Amino acid sequence: MSKKELNIFKLLSEKPWEASQVIIDNQHDGKTLASSKAKLGVRTVMVVSTVIFSLFVVSYSDRMLVHDWKSLSEPWLLWINTFILILTSFVFHKSKVYSDENNFEKVKNSLLLVGFLTFAFITGQLLVWQHFIGIGQYASTNPANAFFYLFTALHGLHLLGGLFFWGKATTKIFKENFSLSKTKQAIELCAIYWHFLLIVWIILFGLMIAT
Amino acid sequence: MSEKYTDNKIETKAADTSSGSYAPPVEKIPAKESPEQELYHAKSFWTKWVFSQDAKVIGVQYALTATAIGMIGLVLSWGMRLQLGFPETFSFLGPATYYQSVTMHGMIMVIYLLTALFLGGFGNYLIPLMVGARDMVFPYVNMVSYWMFLIAVLVLIASFFVPGGPTGAGWTLYPPQAILPGTPGSEMGIVLMLISLSLFVIGFTMGGLNYVITVLQSRTRGMTLMRMPLTIWGIFTATVLALLAFPALFVACIMMTLDNLLGTSFFMPEIFSMGEKLEYGGGSPILFQHLFWFFGHPEVYIVALPAFGIVSDLISVHARKNIFGYRMMVWAIVIIGALSFIVWAHHMYVSGMNPWFGFFFATTTLIIAVPTAIKVYNWVLTLWRGNIHLTIPMLFSLGFIVTFVNGGITGLFLGNVIVDVPLSDTYFVVAHFHMVMGIAPLMVVFGAIYHWYPLITGRHLNQTLGKIHFWITFVGAYAIYFPMHYLGFIGVPRRYFEMYDSPYMTSGVGLNQFITVAALIVGFTQILFLYNLFTSWYKGEKSERNPWKANSLEWHTPEYPPVHGNFGKELPVVYRWPYDFSVPGSDKEYIPQDVPQSQVPTAKAEKT
Repeated sequence: MSKKELNIFKLLSEKPWEASQVIIDNQHDGKTLASSKAKLGVRTVMVVSTVIFSLFVVSYSDRMLVHDWKSLSEPWLLWINTFILILTSFVFHKSKVYSDENNFEKVKNSLLLVGFLTFAFITGQLLVWQHFIGIGQYASTNPANAFFYLFTALHGLHLLGGLFFWGKATTKIFKENFSLSKTKQAIELCAIYWHFLLIVWIILFGLMIAT
Repeated sequence: MSEKYTDNKIETKAADTSSGSYAPPVEKIPAKESPEQELYHAKSFWTKWVFSQDAKVIGVQYALTATAIGMIGLVLSWGMRLQLGFPETFSFLGPATYYQSVTMHGMIMVIYLLTALFLGGFGNYLIPLMVGARDMVFPYVNMVSYWMFLIAVLVLIASFFVPGGPTGAGWTLYPPQAILPGTPGSEMGIVLMLISLSLFVIGFTMGGLNYVITVLQSRTRGMTLMRMPLTIWGIFTATVLALLAFPALFVACIMMTLDNLLGTSFFMPEIFSMGEKLEYGGGSPILFQHLFWFFGHPEVYIVALPAFGIVSDLISVHARKNIFGYRMMVWAIVIIGALSFIVWAHHMYVSGMNPWFGFFFATTTLIIAVPTAIKVYNWVLTLWRGNIHLTIPMLFSLGFIVTFVNGGITGLFLGNVIVDVPLSDTYFVVAHFHMVMGIAPLMVVFGAIYHWYPLITGRHLNQTLGKIHFWITFVGAYAIYFPMHYLGFIGVPRRYFEMYDSPYMTSGVGLNQFITVAALIVGFTQILFLYNLFTSWYKGEKSERNPWKANSLEWHTPEYPPVHGNFGKELPVVYRWPYDFSVPGSDKEYIPQDVPQSQVPTAKAEKT
């Protein structure tokens, strides 16, 4: 876990044949980064998702330059949904803090609250869809609409994926004797993922109201 | 196994007092900091061989599935060749069938065969064994990855049986024609293709997660990154590329699916079809091209980098010599990987880009030739004064070097805008990319299978059949693709169903017939190879342990072939790189990676 390996240029200029390097290399425990594998897994998923959303943003910026683009007027419900999502992230952060303090009664309550708020957010998003469909704004009506449906759907699917792991973490903590370190890690990783999705949503939402 | 390592420690202390070599005074093995990975121990037949979480089994599953779909790709190429060589002869070949064959052949070979075979097949089998891990870090996710791949393949196969048949849009699936009537398979075929690709990307991401994190975090003690076999460096870098490049394909697929099913206009411009104005309007087909090639170019290296890595190991082992310039080889892999993300528009020179854009992409494209040439020089210099054993893996490796140089040099031509424009969409391009990313990586695939088959099954493949397979494939590949360069020069366009009586086709007609005959012969030879693969499984010559006398860890497992958990009670400890062949001063011909310096006190360190 030497710091050297974090710097790819230093790593690639290592001289493995030198006696001093051999001593260091023989001591190497085989890990490159200090994080746990689960954390790295979540990070990799976030990197891949970031690439996906970035490419959508690039496509959006390219497509909006064409004359047929008509921006959507975002309903006030979207602002409420955004607020709910911010609140969810905040509560998740609190539950992470509680779990660090081993205060598991509070963790249970806040995790349930997170689940409730997330479902509320998704329901809210579906209500926005219903609103748009009601006033005849379909995906094929205008490219701006198409991107709106696409962004909300993909973001929602990411949240549903997160809820699967939230469900696993929550059932864990309601069991009689759960593994402390594993549950803590699960809560921490879910919280990170929720913050990530909040940032993604703020960028997408910001992009849509700004243009 | 555990005893062996304790012995090493004791010996070390005794030997080191007298040793004057570069060995450290005491080879201490630090205590393990993290507990061992918990493995899932399969009990039943189903969990052991079907829903297996063992990376070795998953690797074989990936390889078999990829080979099966690859055989369909091969048969489709025969359909194309029959039409091109002998037009108006076969009643079962119409324009629609021809375009469907072209499209499915391309997509199957690039993604479902080569990508799945190198990363899913070799990656799964070799990564844990070569870095000294018991398994991948997330075995369950790894299993799901395979099943997603299988579903993607099944969806792809299903598209052959839907009304309208599979898509015939060309493997690049360019809109608007891909989803408009008139293109074969524009009804259901294209939708299934896009869904299948999306599933493939999701499945691959699950696998890729495993490959990257296993290489980074799950290596055994002493296995620094700069002591890893180049095979692992190649697969690792290719996986990183794939994790960053496949999202572009995913994004493009999703938007095109919506254009098709919901009538959105992401990619679809204002368009008339059969005299009628369609609902579409304003979309940019060029945007699709950018997204597709932002995936498509790294994809070339996703296939090539594992091949580079594997062939380096094959050459080193079968020439009994350390790889020339190991560090340079690693740098080259990393640099090629990084550059591969800024060259994509060289596939789009004729799409009407700004000329300065073409200038930029031509420059970056030609820069890639530098690290690539370094690799070729290093392979040749590894062979230089090596003790070359002309085994079948070595034959295929040599075939790879020649073919790769060949295809690479035509790439230098096509990388220049001014040369590419007249050659664009001709058979010269077809010849180029088949040489460089079809035949060359396949040579490595075959070499690697002949090399690692004994490790997987404990038996050798039949050598006579292997030699026949090599020579027909190698010579046949040249018989197919050399004439194609010429066809391109005289201006024969690719993707044309038939050339009818074009005046410049006079010399092309005979060549096309020749190519078709050669393609059929090479194709049938692959069936011979499959026959060899299956019969040798139970009646091949038994292989002794480590038949090629290689150094890397996969050959030094306590059980041979390796079993569940890979390494017995204790994981091996690594003391050196895997290329210590014919080390000066040593009385041993080769020194495996897990042999400490104290056991070979006179061996000198080799610079690289």
